[in-house]
Amino acid sequence: MKLDQIVSSGKKATRDGFGDGLYEVAKNNPKVVALCADLLGSLKMQKFIAEFPERFYQIGIAEANMMGIAAGLAIGGKIPYTGTFANFSTGRVYDQIRQSIAYSGKNVKICASHAGLSLGEDGATHQILEDIGLMKMLPGFTVINPCDYNQTKAATIALADHEGPVYLRFGRPSWPIFSPENEKFEIGKAWLMCEGTDVSIISTGHLTWKTVEAAKQLAEEGISCELINIHTIKPLDEEAILASVAKTGCVVSAEEHQMHGGLGDSIAQLLARKNPVPMEYVAVNDSFGESGTPNELLEKYGLDTPDVIKAVRNVLKRKEAKVD
Amino acid sequence: MANIEQLEKIASQVRRDIVRMVHLATCGHPGGSLGCADLLTALYFEVMEHQSDFNMSGEGEDMFFLSNGHISPVWYSVLARSGYFNVDELATFRKLNSRLQGHPATHEHLPGIRVASGSLGQGISVAIGVALSKKMNGDDKLVYCLTGDGELQEGQIWEAVMFANHHKVDNLITIVDWNGRQIDGDVEDVMALGDLPLKWKAFGWEVMTMDGNNMTSVVNTLAEAKKKSGQGKPIVILMKTEMGFGVDFMMGTHKWHGVAPNAEQTAEALKQLEESLGDFAV
Repeated sequence: MKLDQIVSSGKKATRDGFGDGLYEVAKNNPKVVALCADLLGSLKMQKFIAEFPERFYQIGIAEANMMGIAAGLAIGGKIPYTGTFANFSTGRVYDQIRQSIAYSGKNVKICASHAGLSLGEDGATHQILEDIGLMKMLPGFTVINPCDYNQTKAATIALADHEGPVYLRFGRPSWPIFSPENEKFEIGKAWLMCEGTDVSIISTGHLTWKTVEAAKQLAEEGISCELINIHTIKPLDEEAILASVAKTGCVVSAEEHQMHGGLGDSIAQLLARKNPVPMEYVAVNDSFGESGTPNELLEKYGLDTPDVIKAVRNVLKRKEAKVD
Repeated sequence: MANIEQLEKIASQVRRDIVRMVHLATCGHPGGSLGCADLLTALYFEVMEHQSDFNMSGEGEDMFFLSNGHISPVWYSVLARSGYFNVDELATFRKLNSRLQGHPATHEHLPGIRVASGSLGQGISVAIGVALSKKMNGDDKLVYCLTGDGELQEGQIWEAVMFANHHKVDNLITIVDWNGRQIDGDVEDVMALGDLPLKWKAFGWEVMTMDGNNMTSVVNTLAEAKKKSGQGKPIVILMKTEMGFGVDFMMGTHKWHGVAPNAEQTAEALKQLEESLGDFAV
């Protein structure tokens, strides 16, 4: 795909992609069941519940119990999808996930909405920015953070055919839709959005759109960005990243997450082992969020299009210095 | 009709296994294990319909979950004695490369274990999930779950207890090992549970009690509980036991919750327990 072909075809929230994906996958797979801890509207689960009421469990505000019940349903051969906010899907229930799901190898899909700053006005209590780190540290866990409605829907459908525990992270705000519609979702496979020669911009989640905007502005100055979307943070598509880096010689990572423990760290770890090159992070720098609109927050915390552009300029300077 | 005497003999061998396993490992939890030997013997040798040819989903079988995973010695012994794996494997308890982890785990694929436990408070939730899947699958078999009484201090327990009533999980029988003791002392002193039967009743459960160290009481109460299943209410059996039951010097104290007997103490304990099925080889 060429950079100018990556355009927004409209806006929808990634959580809508989850709700629609859940409904689709349940139609084809009778083993799929869903659980929710008093947030079914926020998680867009209504369509599933209306069609499959006997396969839905309202848990109430009891997330620890939800994770245990999901593990039990998996033992009984079901494919449980749990739904609540990302904050309550991870940190709040980390020990339950660790023991009853991860260590026990249960086929549970933890589906987490309202991740990151773009949750907005509810503030830092709900804006979890540590969840990717938490979940990727669990042995055997797959961690996925789709970039738009289409990708979230496709990922939700794909999870049912993947045996093993998965963390699926998505968000609240209405967001540009730009990934191909009805594309088969391959867990662990990076999406090379457009080729470039000067810098690899590797992103996950909402910030992928910001990298598209940044790349378009940089193209006007003659800077050629290779855009890679990483929807699956674990297992990481190492081959795709190393191939890109071999060509461009520098990297900018972009994510709506703490700098510590996120996608950027996974990339840096890979580069440190295989091909150390200059790298810059677009991520939250060891800070909690606050109340505000999603765009105000992304701007204030350094996750906006100008921040991607700035990171590219910095990394290019470092690359040039290294060459000299 | 249950042969009580036969079950008591098996329970005695299970107690020998517990003492010997913990002694060999030089660590582990003998107290609660000894106290629950009668219950687990009754479940696996009399009450539950189950297959030692292990199948993770347990479809068409009664299933047991141990929430208080630290009493793994009693479970391992009963699983081995009922044919899930060779009894001589009991000698590997808590050793490197063993399937018999300090706390039960599925990671090493020990037959009979369906979920890890050890971090307390999680077992009833998992058992509920299994019970729900049984209902969905049209499987009329039951799910049993054992928890400790100190374990009831965990908040997740009460999330699960509330859920089971609300969703009428009536194919679940929970048993509480009501021995009144936990690591730091008596439950009453550490964190009192209040009126336990009333608490469960208030949460909408069918509440039963039994003497967990009297095989007749155990077998009869479990049979009665089974009859009460399928009537719209989850069932709890508050099971009075004595921590360390069967070994006189381990009873009447919380001190043997998590301490291994030395060689002399082991010999003294084994004198009090009949070897009815043959000890596992070391």
